[in-house]
Amino acid sequence: MALKIVKGSIDRMFDKNLQDLVRGIRNHKEDEAKYISTCIDEIKQELKQDNIAVKANAVCKLTYLQMLGYDVSWAAFNIVEVMSSSKFTYKRIGYLAASQCFHEGTDVIMLTTNQIRKDLSSPNQYDTGVALTGLSCFVTPDLARDLANDIMTLMSHTKPYIRKKAVLIMYKVFLKYPESLRPAFPRLKEKLEDPDPGVQSAAVNVICELARRNPKNYLSLAPLFFKLMTSSTNNWVLIKIIKLFGALTPLEPRLGKKLIEPLTNLIHSTSAMSLLYECVNTVIAVLISLSSGMPNHSASIQLCVQKLRILIEDSDQNLKYLGLLAMSKILKTHPKSVQSHKDLILQCLDDKDESIRLRALDLLYGMVSKKNLMEIVKKLMLHVDKAEGTTYRDELLTKIIDICSQSNYQYITNFEWYISILVELTRLEGTRHGHLIASQMLDVAIRVKAIRGFAVAQMATLLDNAHLLTGNTQRNGICEVLYAAAWICGEFSEHLEDPMQTLEAMLRPKVATLPGHIQAVYVQNAAKLFATVLQKHEGETDSQAAQETSQLLIDRLPLFVQSANLEVQERASCILQLVKYIQKLQQKNVEVAEEVTALFAGELNPVAPKAQKKVPIPEGLDLDAWINEPPSESESEDEKPKVVFAKEEPKHYRSRHTEVDEKELARRREVRKQEQANNPFYIKASPSSQKVYDAPGVEHIPVVQIDLSVPLKVPGMPMSDQYLKLEEERRQKEKAERKKKEKKKKREKRGKGRKADSGPESEEDITPAHQVDIVTEEMPENALPSDDDDKDPNDPHKALDIDLDKPLADSEKLPVRTHRPEVLKSPAEDRDSKSVPQETKKKSSKEKKEKKKDKEKDRKRSKEEKKKKKKHKEVEEELLESQPEEAVQSEETKEAAAPPTSTSAEASDLDFWLSSAPVPPAAAQEVTAPSSAAAVDTSSAAAPESEPDEPKDTEPEDTKSSKHKKKKQKKEKEEKEKKKKKRHHHHHHHGDAGGEDSVQNGTVEEEEPLPPMSNYSLLAENSYIKMVYDIQGNHQDESKVVVSVIFENKSDSFLKSMEFNVLDSLNSKLQRPEGAGPHDGLTVPFQLPPGVSNEARFVFSVQSIVMPQKLKGTLTFIVKSDESSTHEKLDFKLHFTCTSYLITTPCYSDAYAKLLESGDLKGSSLRLEGINMPFHHLLARICFHHHFSVVERIDSCASMYSRSIQGHHVCLLVKTSDQTVSIDAKCDEPSLLGNVLDEIKQTFSKC
Amino acid sequence: MIKAILIFNNHGKPRLSKFYEHYTEDTEQQIIRETFHLVSKRDENICNFLEGGLLIGGSENKLIYRHYATLYFVFCVDSSESELGILDLIQVFVETLDKCFENVCELDLIFHMDKVHNILAEMVMGGMVLETNMSEIITQAEAHNKMEKSETFIFQCPRQDR
Repeated sequence: MALKIVKGSIDRMFDKNLQDLVRGIRNHKEDEAKYISTCIDEIKQELKQDNIAVKANAVCKLTYLQMLGYDVSWAAFNIVEVMSSSKFTYKRIGYLAASQCFHEGTDVIMLTTNQIRKDLSSPNQYDTGVALTGLSCFVTPDLARDLANDIMTLMSHTKPYIRKKAVLIMYKVFLKYPESLRPAFPRLKEKLEDPDPGVQSAAVNVICELARRNPKNYLSLAPLFFKLMTSSTNNWVLIKIIKLFGALTPLEPRLGKKLIEPLTNLIHSTSAMSLLYECVNTVIAVLISLSSGMPNHSASIQLCVQKLRILIEDSDQNLKYLGLLAMSKILKTHPKSVQSHKDLILQCLDDKDESIRLRALDLLYGMVSKKNLMEIVKKLMLHVDKAEGTTYRDELLTKIIDICSQSNYQYITNFEWYISILVELTRLEGTRHGHLIASQMLDVAIRVKAIRGFAVAQMATLLDNAHLLTGNTQRNGICEVLYAAAWICGEFSEHLEDPMQTLEAMLRPKVATLPGHIQAVYVQNAAKLFATVLQKHEGETDSQAAQETSQLLIDRLPLFVQSANLEVQERASCILQLVKYIQKLQQKNVEVAEEVTALFAGELNPVAPKAQKKVPIPEGLDLDAWINEPPSESESEDEKPKVVFAKEEPKHYRSRHTEVDEKELARRREVRKQEQANNPFYIKASPSSQKVYDAPGVEHIPVVQIDLSVPLKVPGMPMSDQYLKLEEERRQKEKAERKKKEKKKKREKRGKGRKADSGPESEEDITPAHQVDIVTEEMPENALPSDDDDKDPNDPHKALDIDLDKPLADSEKLPVRTHRPEVLKSPAEDRDSKSVPQETKKKSSKEKKEKKKDKEKDRKRSKEEKKKKKKHKEVEEELLESQPEEAVQSEETKEAAAPPTSTSAEASDLDFWLSSAPVPPAAAQEVTAPSSAAAVDTSSAAAPESEPDEPKDTEPEDTKSSKHKKKKQKKEKEEKEKKKKKRHHHHHHHGDAGGEDSVQNGTVEEEEPLPPMSNYSLLAENSYIKMVYDIQGNHQDESKVVVSVIFENKSDSFLKSMEFNVLDSLNSKLQRPEGAGPHDGLTVPFQLPPGVSNEARFVFSVQSIVMPQKLKGTLTFIVKSDESSTHEKLDFKLHFTCTSYLITTPCYSDAYAKLLESGDLKGSSLRLEGINMPFHHLLARICFHHHFSVVERIDSCASMYSRSIQGHHVCLLVKTSDQTVSIDAKCDEPSLLGNVLDEIKQTFSKC
Repeated sequence: MIKAILIFNNHGKPRLSKFYEHYTEDTEQQIIRETFHLVSKRDENICNFLEGGLLIGGSENKLIYRHYATLYFVFCVDSSESELGILDLIQVFVETLDKCFENVCELDLIFHMDKVHNILAEMVMGGMVLETNMSEIITQAEAHNKMEKSETFIFQCPRQDR
């Protein structure tokens, strides 16, 4: 063996290592690919060798080649081999390679589960660390499910180094396996207060990442984060928290109010720009959430804007960029405060940095108003001319169009100006946005009726000068504009001054060089124009001219008939034939114009893009219903001879049905009309007057005095500028007029004249130049006004939208390898169990090949297993386990989760925290604790309608060792708070807080939050170990109960080889695996590093369940410290109460009544004196500790139900008055009932 | 979340690539090329943020980069990361490399990509920032090296570094 190692390392000396490979590649610059392919061949040889060092070296080289773009997935199996090396150096190489090239589709990943599990529980923290790092990159849903529990255990590892990694990786686990979120969340939350700043930071990181996607589920953590924010000094953590608050404030405006002060303090005090910036950002988010009605926050806005101005003016381009970015957020709600910095922003447009210019453009978008739109666009047009790069120029172009068209052309007062701008933009060379300009032209021309005349004139000029646009084939992006131009000219041809000229322009031979879809529009609209021309000529009875026009078309259209484009060809030949026919008629002097125009009659209205989706499903239409009932399967055809009339009957029915329907329909239509009339959200069919600008006395303002040929031909001043001047004049004039009026008014009422004095013009003062009717887009009748149709169903984070405040249900546990004594191990599986990929140690190659085969088998098998039920899979996987001691033993490595606090408690905590007047940061922490206490007074008036929740929620929870946890928490907390908390708990007679649960309905707000409860009770304890346990029955098996035991290592040493044994009684027996003697102990399937706790489950069979029982047992274990290891043992007594045989079972009140009526049940009763707790607490306790569910609750009286594992019904009627509680109980097994009642009594005597 | 960390030189040659989401090797190369194209055409003293390329999430993601001598360090992050924070993180990363390699230069990265990966793994894990404290990162990296050395001495002949 040793010799082999030496030989291997000597071999290695002749191999290439990574450095040699890199050097080689650098030396073969000309034939790199060839060199690398020889290297890959060498690597393949190396991978075939047994020496793990050689393999690791090869894998390391592959990692490098992967970076260069070579696919190395063929070596995935070798990577797994290297990962499973016992040496850290190689393991790390393996994991690095895996993290670089494994992904969900890599099939060998499923072979790694056990290896990773082993590494995770390795005593060497660096092995664990490397495994976690690697896993974080290639975790799959399967791995996440199988390892979630192990990782969760690591979250409480003694080493902060491991803790922080385990906490971070949980995020990935949640993403892949969302079911793990709820069980793991309590512990994650706990880590927010970890003593190690690194762990704390990791927890903050994970929760922020979760909360960003589904903020509402994390609102209840706000107080905790607030505390962290005011106490932490780690900028990284602070930034994360502040960002998180930014996401939370929109959901809870009260939170915002609370945040403003500490945030402004931070803004003033911090020197870190990154922190300052995030603070400003969050303050902005807060201000947005508060938006209106908070006049006293103008100071905060001022502060933000002022700080941002400093950032923007900074010489550091990064700060400038971010400043602009943040500024654009303020803009949305407080445009005024940003607009005062217009100078600064316009200045940024000249910046040499493109990203900054783009940001400034974004800002301008929000800064425009009716007043400054023309001015800003003019500036931008100048930049368009100056801009060199096409990308930036295109960006400018889109921005100009965005700015102008935003919110339904809100800021445009003069559409002629806008059309001219669009026409000017067509002169841009090489823009990609021709279609954008075109769609704007179409949109404006269609929706602004008043502008059609002007638009048509402009478009006609464009068509006439089409050669300017299409002269260069490179610039064909812009020729899209011709599409719009042709359509507008055709559709609104009645506005054309000289339709003949335009028609001629549209039929030029040059047109044939345009793209097909444009030609098609040309042809179609030529026909429209033709109709107009005909009408004109016939009106003037100029038949000669009319015939000439027809001839023109007949001459020119054949060119299009030959087009390669189908659409063009089809339309052209169709129209050509039409015109030929018309010509014939014309020659017979028939008047045709009217009929030809009729072809194109009717107006097109714009349709909203979402219109189709919004068409409501007609009443009575059920697409899921059968049209013809399918033949029922149970009925065979020859069962009954069919009656002859049977076929006819349904038809008859149907026709009658429709008759009814018609009447019904008419009635419904009436009703619907009524409804529509009353519904303010209903968009009426008539062109809405939504955007009609009321401009009294504008008609006489001269607008259209411009020479129409100006736009394209005059090279000097762009024509849109003229509008600017005109507009100014117009405004001046209007202003003057208004002043006159105002003066008159003033004269009339001198008293309060000053108020209306015209300072700078306000928005509303500017009247548009046109009586503009912006036609709104059409929507189908009955369209629903909802807008919730844009959620991405594929978002992986959607799965994580989970309510975290709901108590954990029993079914929500992390999957663990479960012990099933019933499952027999087949010999084949037995063999397999020894052949799983761990042993990469030196063995003969023959052996190895065999092994490989086995592994292949394993892989196949596990694929099959995937399809099987999960439970089965877990069992089998466990059997495949290679470590013998693990394979044989029964275990359930369940790390219990402390359930989250109840919703109502959280809600009221949060409410209280939020509603209290802003408290100084130091006091904030205290507020959380007494909040629930404060609610006590009001809770005596517990709302009657608030019933304890569904029985599912009342099921016993796996809670972590409560005392242990509490201790930990307490240590961390301040002395003061501790006292308060104690008092608080005392008040509720609660000593055993920690693991918490509730049976409350989420809706209950006014009720007092429930004190935390735990079902785990102490089993035994010594200086090394503490055991707590809980017993649960199981629906499926009437003779089995599961005992969950949490083992907690209290010492500084490693605990291993734990063996759990119980002296069986006649009635109750520990289930041992096949082949084990009746007195053999069970090995606990895990080891415990110092300070760690973990849970194991043991199955017991019981015969009679009517009596409680105690079983004696022993736990033996080895304590391993650095120097020595000693055997220790701990005796315990397992107490099987009758309660533990009960299972929470829901029962409906009618079934419950029947049960009581049946008279099979025997009664018994119990009185409890001096119970000083709210009724719902009492019920919650019975539900929780004794596995009952509430059937019905009326005021201070409730009926409850539970069932034993052997099917005994137990019914309770609980009444309370003053401090006395009386319980009347009925059960079909009197001794069971007696014992249960005794246990209930005990529960309440304890508190 | 950090989506990817890329290091390449002035000619676009990758020196380290770490993707926290799966892409095929080809796409990865395209992303590197695209990113290089975006980053390299920018002047020296303009801002260090830009919108991500189309291949890696587009405008949803940001590229945050720093240029040191011959190397570009590019982090592709989404909106949950603070821009300035990441910029600081890049600085920490480079300073850590400088400490670990003693005056780091491109050659160190070329020949010791694995070590760079290991150092990076102590800072960023699965796309989330693990540690920002430089001394902590260095401590862990050194502890790793120590373990590696101890194993080398026991198990194999020391090998001359060529």
